[in-house]
Amino acid sequence: MIYEGKQKIWSDYQKEIPDDHWYYVRSCIRQNFFPASERMFTEITRNVLGKDMYETPFHTTCGGIAYHADTIPQETVMTIVARQFALMTEAGYENYCPSCITSFGNYAEILETWREFPELEARIRENLWKACRREFNKPKYLAHTSDLIYHWREQIREKAKHLLINRETGEPLRIVEHIGCHYAKMFPHKGVGGAEYPYVLAGMVESWGGEVIDYPERRHCCGYGFRQYHVKANRGYSVSNTHKKFESMEPFHPDAIITNCPGCPYFLDRWQYVIAEQTGKTYGRNGYGIPVFTYEELAGLVLGYDPWDLGLQLHQVAVEPLLDKMGVEYDPKAKYLGLNKEDLMKPEMPSSIKCC
Amino acid sequence: MKNLFDELNKDYRFKEGFHTCINCGTCTAVCPAAEFYCYDPRQIVSIVQTKDDQKIEELLKSDRIWYCGECMSCVTRCPRKNGPGLVIMALRELSIRLGYFVESEKGRQMLPLTHALTGNILNYGYCVHPKSFKWEDHKESGPVFKWHLEHLQDSMARLGANYDGDGPGVLRRIPKESLDELKAIFDVTGGTERIKHVEQCSAKKAKEMGMTDEEYEKMAFEYCSDKHFNN
Repeated sequence: MIYEGKQKIWSDYQKEIPDDHWYYVRSCIRQNFFPASERMFTEITRNVLGKDMYETPFHTTCGGIAYHADTIPQETVMTIVARQFALMTEAGYENYCPSCITSFGNYAEILETWREFPELEARIRENLWKACRREFNKPKYLAHTSDLIYHWREQIREKAKHLLINRETGEPLRIVEHIGCHYAKMFPHKGVGGAEYPYVLAGMVESWGGEVIDYPERRHCCGYGFRQYHVKANRGYSVSNTHKKFESMEPFHPDAIITNCPGCPYFLDRWQYVIAEQTGKTYGRNGYGIPVFTYEELAGLVLGYDPWDLGLQLHQVAVEPLLDKMGVEYDPKAKYLGLNKEDLMKPEMPSSIKCC
Repeated sequence: MKNLFDELNKDYRFKEGFHTCINCGTCTAVCPAAEFYCYDPRQIVSIVQTKDDQKIEELLKSDRIWYCGECMSCVTRCPRKNGPGLVIMALRELSIRLGYFVESEKGRQMLPLTHALTGNILNYGYCVHPKSFKWEDHKESGPVFKWHLEHLQDSMARLGANYDGDGPGVLRRIPKESLDELKAIFDVTGGTERIKHVEQCSAKKAKEMGMTDEEYEKMAFEYCSDKHFNN
């Protein structure tokens, strides 16, 4: 392909990301499983980068998980989303950033469906008025929160205390990037780089000194599958898909995985534990797994935050191998302490994979 | 009998995701569900394309439409801009509406799913919440998460969350007026009616199968026969 052609295609998958004044909505899954990541997002954007990141306590779930598990009608999820937009409108914002990829895909799908079928948008406006007496403007800009960290990645690099570089060898650390399916598979033009070559996480890794690994199952789903995880009888689907990804990436010896979806880091972390307990196999060296991170966790490490302030103690797969390679200082004894160093005891240790 | 194809065609997801299929099988090649289950999205779209009501009814009563994980990988790859995952969503909607979902093992999972997810939304304002997360049902979450749940208030405080607190922040308590608005949205948009419908169809099926409602729900959540898999 000629260079100009490549440039043209690439330009189609760039998105305009305003530099400030964002209306922030949280993720159901991330608040439960990666609570410190969301706290770190507001900490970095507000206190490190000085951005206006507004949150109202009145926002709720977008209903996306219930919708994709087929438990609520399309008009229900659309009206819940319309209420979220009404809260944004009432707060005086027009740049909307969800922390969740399911939400991001949900918002993108709804806005596209309303564009194509204006009569449906009119009905949803009526529903919202009947139910809540609210009205809304649609967001002028929709970005996932990983888009924002991507947008500010060089500012984070400028303030970096540690880079994604092996401090002993000086070589870039080898990072697998895993993009949530609903980021760009449905609407490629909504994501940075589209669905085939999404650059949102790769851009962070490169800016922060690491090297992105390409491997055959790079774009394969983590295996969440909504009802395929939430129903106990179906979880073989979920672990099988994660297993497929790990078997595919194993020969490339990743130092870490970075993710931008709420479920993906949970599944890529927890199913490594399950695979190890079931088969004895681990994908890292010396009984360790491959540590999995959210983009806020990795940004926090780059900026020099304490790993336990970032919530890395909630990972089932030990994060210490990456901390050691990056040269991050940490106190192993403080890992499971509570607020003000309160003793919360320690979790049980798994038999086949290292957790510390 | 209603014309099932026409009913499907009223669904906006079907309008968006169903165009002429050329049967290339690209969707099946990339589908995570097709590797694991006896599942072939190409064939599903092909059956729908026949507009044969009898075949569509068989589909609506089968396990096959419940295998998809709605990752939408098929949407990216289809050379004709179809969305088999969107077609599946419309098929599931129709199967639920007509009460056909109780005729398959995977369809019967609608009851525990509906209770878990809509319960969390209406009670807490979240799709997932620690108060309804039973570690015993999620042992894959590991000993670390068990420890976290055992020390939930302290662990959340350590991580800077505002668990069950007022104001903004991680896992804050959603104000009652917001929960009331969610309930009103469910009432106005058919969400409440959907919950009752799933419960009524499931209760009828439980009786037919000689089970209590509780036994039926537990079976739907936990039981997996070996007929679903590729290997």
